[in-house]
Amino acid sequence: MMQTVRRMELKADQLYKQKIIRGFCHLCDGQEACCVGMEAGINPTDHLITAYRAHGFTFTRGLSVREILAELTGRRGGCAKGKGGSMHMYAKNFYGGNGIVGAQVPLGAGIALACKYNGKDEVCLTLYGDGAANQGQIFEAYNMAALWKLPCIFICENNRYGMGTSVERAAASTDYYKRGDFIPGMRVDGMDVLCVREATKFAAAHCRAGKGPILMELQTYRYHGHSMSDPGVSYRTREEIQEVRSKSDPIMLLKDRMVNSNLASVEELKEIDVEVRKEIEDAAQFATADPEPPLEELGYHIYSNEPPFEVRGANQWIKFKSIS
Amino acid sequence: MAVVSALVRRPLEQVSGLLRRRFHRSAPAALQITVRDAINQGMDEELERDEKVFLLGEEVAQYDGAYKVSRGLWKKYGDKRIIDTPISEMGFAGIAVGAAMAGLRPICEFMTFNFSMQAIDQVINSAAKTYYMSAGVAAQHSQCFAAWYGHCPGLKVVSPWNAEDAKGLIKSAIRDNNPVVMLENELMYGVAFEFPQEAQSKDFLIPIGKAKIERQGTHITVVAHSRPVGHCVEAAAVLAKEGIECEVINMRTIRPMDIETIEASVMKTNHLVTVEGGWPQFGVGAEICARIMEGPAFNFLDAPAVRVTGTDVPMPYAKILEDNCVPQVKDIIFAIKKTLNI
Repeated sequence: MMQTVRRMELKADQLYKQKIIRGFCHLCDGQEACCVGMEAGINPTDHLITAYRAHGFTFTRGLSVREILAELTGRRGGCAKGKGGSMHMYAKNFYGGNGIVGAQVPLGAGIALACKYNGKDEVCLTLYGDGAANQGQIFEAYNMAALWKLPCIFICENNRYGMGTSVERAAASTDYYKRGDFIPGMRVDGMDVLCVREATKFAAAHCRAGKGPILMELQTYRYHGHSMSDPGVSYRTREEIQEVRSKSDPIMLLKDRMVNSNLASVEELKEIDVEVRKEIEDAAQFATADPEPPLEELGYHIYSNEPPFEVRGANQWIKFKSIS
Repeated sequence: MAVVSALVRRPLEQVSGLLRRRFHRSAPAALQITVRDAINQGMDEELERDEKVFLLGEEVAQYDGAYKVSRGLWKKYGDKRIIDTPISEMGFAGIAVGAAMAGLRPICEFMTFNFSMQAIDQVINSAAKTYYMSAGVAAQHSQCFAAWYGHCPGLKVVSPWNAEDAKGLIKSAIRDNNPVVMLENELMYGVAFEFPQEAQSKDFLIPIGKAKIERQGTHITVVAHSRPVGHCVEAAAVLAKEGIECEVINMRTIRPMDIETIEASVMKTNHLVTVEGGWPQFGVGAEICARIMEGPAFNFLDAPAVRVTGTDVPMPYAKILEDNCVPQVKDIIFAIKKTLNI
């Protein structure tokens, strides 16, 4: 799975440089252990919400590489029919994909409230980054989640940089796992997929037992810059990036572990690589060839469950139809 | 089956007709209800009808509501369904939207709409721009937010005037699968209105997107929303004594606007005055005028349309200043007479 996410993100990078993908694009290569490890620690009936570095989660939560890449290229085969783009992909029990930094955290607490309300022992993983961790609304969410014992797992994906600002320059306390104050927190090696899985399992059990929210800080790293418009080397050194790649790459760490414990042979792992490459290549082909959504659908899906109505265009004579 | 029920129905009607004739010689006294109680009743009925509906906000539970709009609900439904929040508008607005995304139907109350500005990101970016289910309820304080929220595609915005409006609109808002902003005017909470028979029913709904003609007239169309509707009705009564018959339209919904009702009226009366509590620039009246120009009614205007609005200043504190910052009956009468060239 990690390999699929890695290859998918690298393909997105390629397509972006070819200008087939435009707009915002925030890649998560380097952070694969987070999305894959978390998914392994929860059930499909649990819920997850994150911010904009969301392609990995979109995949682990069940969407295909095809649908994801086609959404990035803005085609009708995309998971949001080409209307959402990189930051607005959704799946069952996956609430995106949110562009406003930090706003997804109270949303996640609200989903956790619904979990408790419905009484089905489901939990909500509510993710945010080291940059967002300083947002006031997150502390408001901490307070209400603790007060009402919501089954919310707050997860800070600390990749050391909020865009171009290192954690030391942004936070008076970089112990993000402690920021929840009255909420118990743990610091987790976000480059080790098994570690992430076990920590997530522990956290989910805590919430399901009705003990209220819990906080996890995943220490991880992104190879790319903040987004495709950030080369990512003005605020950190190439040496640093290289060091993480050679010593802590999540895929490499798992590979070594599996081979050394005889859980898999090098050949078997190579086979997986080949399969993944093929899957990504197919998906990229589809994403490049699929047509764009039709212009007539510009006004669709403004409201849910509504009879059709008209939407005004640039002047009073241009009208679009809107259907739910 | 149909045949049988018809046979059964008729004799019952005849019987009840008899009863009516014998025991109700004079017209029954009309039931009165305040706007506050109407909203309370509407929420109560919806809480009872649908398990997924719940209310959250500051002081809504144990305090019975800052303006007592949610009085009695916590006693009846308990902690799970009526939730007191800390003073964290952005936080709990986000929580409300999140809960709606996960399938519940929250009513998110802002104590005053000024406080909603803290949460406007959640209302616009999280709720409106994404295709979600929720109902947003809020109170106006010193500023009319109709133009602010009416500006946004993806939101529905309703603005009740009287008790019947308040009950019917909140019920429709709760049942709507889209985010709805309800602009309650807290100066109206304590005002009592006649509560017609049909509005007393649990199934009473007022459709979102439909205006109501409160008073028929032939000389001029006067369009308003919220509290100013009352002022327009008053102004119309005064002018009637002078032989001027105003048609007063209560918009009820800001977005999507029922421009057709306004157009039909203007095509009949040939004159238009809009009235609102909000500031003039980029406001509800401005939008109505623009749309009238774009439609068939323009050719029926005998004079330019005129807007009566709040004064273009931040709301001052001193009573005399405050009074002069909202449109008064005399301002409306003045505008009507000017338009009619009287």
